[in-house]
Amino acid sequence: MRPKVGFFTDTSICIGCKACEVACKEWNLVPEDGLNFLANSYDNSGGLGADTWRHVAFVEQRGPDGVRWLMNSDVCKHCSEAACLEVCPTGAIFRTEFGTVVVQDDVCNGCGYCIPACPFGVIDRREGDGRAFKCTLCYDRLRADLEPACAKACPTKSITFGPVDELEQMARSRLEELRAQGEERARLYGLPDAGGEGVGGTASIFLLLDRPEVYGLPSQPVTPTRRLRRGWEAAAAAAGALALGVVAAVLGGRGR
Amino acid sequence: MGSNMAECHPVGFQWVMEAKRRGATVIHVDPRYTRTSANASLYVPIRAGTDIAFLGGIVNYILQNGREFREYVTAYTNAATILREDFRDTEDLSGLFSGWDPEQGAYDPASWQYEGMVAKPAVGMREVTVPVGERDGHRGDEPEPEQDPTLEHPRCVFQILKRHFSRYTPEVVEQVCGVPAELFTRVAETLCQNSGRDRTTAFAYALGWTQHSVGVQNIRCAAIIQLLLGNIGRPGGGILALRGHASIQGSTDIPTLFDLLPGYLPMPHAHHHPDLDTYCRMDAPPGGYWGRMREYTVSLLRAYFGDHARADNDWGFGLLPRIDGDHSTYPTVLAMLDGRVKGFFLLGENPAVGSANSRLHRLAMAHLEWLVVRDLVEIESASFWRDAPEIASGELRTKEIPTEVFFLPAAAHAEKDGTFTNTQRLLQWHERAVEPRGDCRSELWFMYHLGRRIREKLAGSSDPRDQAILALTWDYPTRGPYQDPDAEAVLAEINGYGPSGPLSTFTELKDDGTTSCGCWIYCGCFAGGVNQAARKKPGREQSWVAPEWGWAWPANRRILYNRASADPQGRPWSERKRYIWWDATAGRWTGHDVADIKADMAPDYRPGPGARAEMLLRGDEPFVMQADGKAWLFAPAGLRDGPLPVHYEPHESPFDNPLYEQRANPARQRFERSENRTNRDRRRFPYVLTSYRLTEHHTAGGMSRFVPFLAELQPEMFCEVSPQLAAERQLVNGGWAVITTERSAIEARVLVTDRIKPLRVGGRTVHQIGVPWHWGNRGLARGSSANDVFPILLDPNVHIQETKAATCDIRPGRLPGKEA
Amino acid sequence: MLRQLGARDPLGLGLTARSEATAGREARILGAERVARSVCPYCAVGCGQLVYVRNERVIQIEGDPDSPISRGRLCPKGAASEQLVNSPLREYRVKYRRPYGTEWEDLSLDQAMDMIAERVIETRRRTWEEEDAEGRPLRRTMGIASLGGATLDDEENYLIKKLFTGLGVVQVENQARI
Repeated sequence: MRPKVGFFTDTSICIGCKACEVACKEWNLVPEDGLNFLANSYDNSGGLGADTWRHVAFVEQRGPDGVRWLMNSDVCKHCSEAACLEVCPTGAIFRTEFGTVVVQDDVCNGCGYCIPACPFGVIDRREGDGRAFKCTLCYDRLRADLEPACAKACPTKSITFGPVDELEQMARSRLEELRAQGEERARLYGLPDAGGEGVGGTASIFLLLDRPEVYGLPSQPVTPTRRLRRGWEAAAAAAGALALGVVAAVLGGRGR
Repeated sequence: MGSNMAECHPVGFQWVMEAKRRGATVIHVDPRYTRTSANASLYVPIRAGTDIAFLGGIVNYILQNGREFREYVTAYTNAATILREDFRDTEDLSGLFSGWDPEQGAYDPASWQYEGMVAKPAVGMREVTVPVGERDGHRGDEPEPEQDPTLEHPRCVFQILKRHFSRYTPEVVEQVCGVPAELFTRVAETLCQNSGRDRTTAFAYALGWTQHSVGVQNIRCAAIIQLLLGNIGRPGGGILALRGHASIQGSTDIPTLFDLLPGYLPMPHAHHHPDLDTYCRMDAPPGGYWGRMREYTVSLLRAYFGDHARADNDWGFGLLPRIDGDHSTYPTVLAMLDGRVKGFFLLGENPAVGSANSRLHRLAMAHLEWLVVRDLVEIESASFWRDAPEIASGELRTKEIPTEVFFLPAAAHAEKDGTFTNTQRLLQWHERAVEPRGDCRSELWFMYHLGRRIREKLAGSSDPRDQAILALTWDYPTRGPYQDPDAEAVLAEINGYGPSGPLSTFTELKDDGTTSCGCWIYCGCFAGGVNQAARKKPGREQSWVAPEWGWAWPANRRILYNRASADPQGRPWSERKRYIWWDATAGRWTGHDVADIKADMAPDYRPGPGARAEMLLRGDEPFVMQADGKAWLFAPAGLRDGPLPVHYEPHESPFDNPLYEQRANPARQRFERSENRTNRDRRRFPYVLTSYRLTEHHTAGGMSRFVPFLAELQPEMFCEVSPQLAAERQLVNGGWAVITTERSAIEARVLVTDRIKPLRVGGRTVHQIGVPWHWGNRGLARGSSANDVFPILLDPNVHIQETKAATCDIRPGRLPGKEA
Repeated sequence: MLRQLGARDPLGLGLTARSEATAGREARILGAERVARSVCPYCAVGCGQLVYVRNERVIQIEGDPDSPISRGRLCPKGAASEQLVNSPLREYRVKYRRPYGTEWEDLSLDQAMDMIAERVIETRRRTWEEEDAEGRPLRRTMGIASLGGATLDDEENYLIKKLFTGLGVVQVENQARI
């Protein structure tokens, strides 16, 4: 197993250019997601979905010192306890050697179980196709020792790619820096002890300048399969049998 | 100021973000709170079109509080130079300078000159702004201008400046710009504190400064601030023009512009330039590098005409066509509308969307006999005859449009090799990755083969009009499946040749016919026969100046006038800001960059008898393109609208000029006619309208509205309004609005945002409306063209249109015929 | 099952679940036959680009990490330049609209070039100004104009200015004026 890798998205230096959205689409051949003017600040992508794997949120706030414009490039969290992966009945979703969570379009049958399971509302089925798609953290690039497309393009390195433990350190020291500068509402998100408690931590750490809900992120995301799985862990043998059963079903399915 | 860098130059903005993280203060002054404002340390909202009032306020703050970098100012600028007695300032003449001729609607700039000598400008309208009969002066055999190094003489530039800007107080800034005096003072103080020996401040601007009837003076005013604070020619200083196209700098250096020849040589003027001697005598000052203008010109003529440029035919000077007025793009399109222009080439431009009063451009093109459009996609300018909004409205009828249209598909950047010159004067070679497909061809191919065909058809002609075209050197080696001319061969011609091969630098150029050079400032880009622009030594393997990445004109200098980074004695102003300095032991300038002064010219060098060109300047005069080696706080020549910046209201403004009786720039270029009426009635058009660009699109949209991943990010034309204006006009976020001016009406989706703030100006509230100008009626993302509602109204110096400040009305709803 | 156990993937949610297609999917730039070093065609920052080519087609454009200007980064436009080059809306053939015509027609590139050369010669002949009213030489035509160049290469601008100057066309302009 290689070190677990992921993103650190530092929203304090995001300039909202959307290079991440485009670079992601170019590399991953993600189709255009509709030409819709949403009248929601500069966001016309709307949110993450099957055809938008990076999404820049624009939040306009009115305060005593005038207006503040927050921007954040959202992405799949690649949860340590990934509900999408756990509920996928076909084995289409797997955890890679990099610790990331990837949907395989050649396996996915479009059942859609993963969609309500995701506590962040990330994964979605593609219209007219039916299968589920989301960020792969550029699995093919990682295997070629290449940085993910979004992180590579990001002009200000608001998106940094690297081993999660290093990113975590980077995030914590950046938070201290910002707090020292008086950014009182700044916080981390996606870490096992900060906003990622309910999903066992994530591979997508964010430094936010306000509460997660402000950016459209859930404040307390929880893997819905968690309670269930804890029960299984108490009965290891049964869990093993169930897992084998699932795999057998998948293998059987593939054989058809 | 005048730039939305985070949005329009995002990757360049990484350096701003990095500087900010290291402690730099980033100030954004802009009518709109943009993505740049969001990332700035301080945002200052300003009324569009009042930049000179703001900048003038800073000049005044510096001068009133003695905050100038005195040693720099005295040594390197013309602050000490004494002006003629008959000069009158705007203070004396209610907002006009001496020399205004109301009959001509133009200035006679004679009284702006120095006492005791005539200074010629390094750029600008040399032939018309230098007083007639006084064109030969300066240095050489001429007397030196009178100086007062104490800067106390009442007619010295410094005192004139002080008086001129004295009324630009913080309170006036507030009154004119809508910027609270306290906020303004904070900006001025920050600039002062961050300038001097140890620190430097940079200004970044873009079209937010140029697209005004006072565009040139906006930038002049920044230059005055930067010179007073000692921020020119030094690392971290400067006035950075953030240009918007891959080679817009290159297309200015090697100009596809009517009034220039390559290297900023003036295009010969019918009235002033009968021959080469007169051309050089009138336009070239003896001192500084323009003192070599004859070498540059003869070498260019040799590059153009080869052996047809000889000593016995005035080096072919007579083969060049002459200008005799403003033949820039706007007068040209008006002539087109009147049927005087018959044929038109559009080479990667889309004026049906991108030029001010774009509707007029569409109407004008319908008067052409023939039109050639070369582009990647079928842009609005190619198809106006069948789907322009005027076709839909019935104003134009396809069957009545006589224009023959040739659409030729172009090659993309990855399909050709050549150089782009970026915004910092850096030539970067880009390699061809693949050959273009189908009929797609490069402009290099098109121009070369068009020229070849025309020359073949005219071969043997003895008609005088065909002599120049037949005399051109037009024999480039070709390559590849389409017989493309070899771009490196063209670059080598631009670089120039001497008797022993490619030249190394422009000081090797001669006026005896032994050298040729297609653009003197680019001389050296092919030094040693090696394509210097193709150098790609990784940035991490070289110094922070990265001199071995590409090649910067002139002579690979990365900071212009960098002699000013050292004091008059040649020592760095401070350790922290050392850049180049004099090494007395070696007898040379040394440092991080190529010195922008003759490498072995000692700081104590003084010109002796017989000296010419750069040798006429002293070793402590950094501004080597200036006739007097000094930076001009006061411009004694070169400008059509005054030697100093003045706050004038935009041509269309809801306000009178609170500072002077003279309301708008008196010299602005106006073209009032039925197709180009300007707004007069302030009650009908009460709002300020300003145009801009977005990160997600590129100019007139030919390279973005037709690209799905960009089109979806900003899919529709919209306008930005404040919640207060929305309430006043019943505009709904996400709804539609119609914006009206005397030119036309357009429709746009409405974005109601707190980022647009109503300002208090002159005791009342003024609303500003923002409109991006990327859209047209074709492509994936469509909408009205914002340029339809802006007038053709130009800066008098550079003929750029005022699209950053106009007036309009706005109402909820859609255009007739578009209602759902 | 053995694979799962061998891979220490008892739940079968790891690499054992990886399909052959996923395992075989290689980062497409690894299959590039060559990489051209280019420069972004949009704004004037001049970001370095690497253009990956396979089967004589551009398959990917990314930032060039060697560039001291851009350090491998790109904005959304730069990041979209592969789609610019391969845009579904790009035109590959000459289109011709005859005077008063209502539709585009096909025309060969060769014929188009010949017709354009003829138009230039004829218009120039008809509108030539040898001198002004006071007998001063003009040597030009005001019947032809050109607009464009800011998106083009320096070498292209050089040939545009040179050819038009030779032809006596002075109304040569580009976006720098706008």
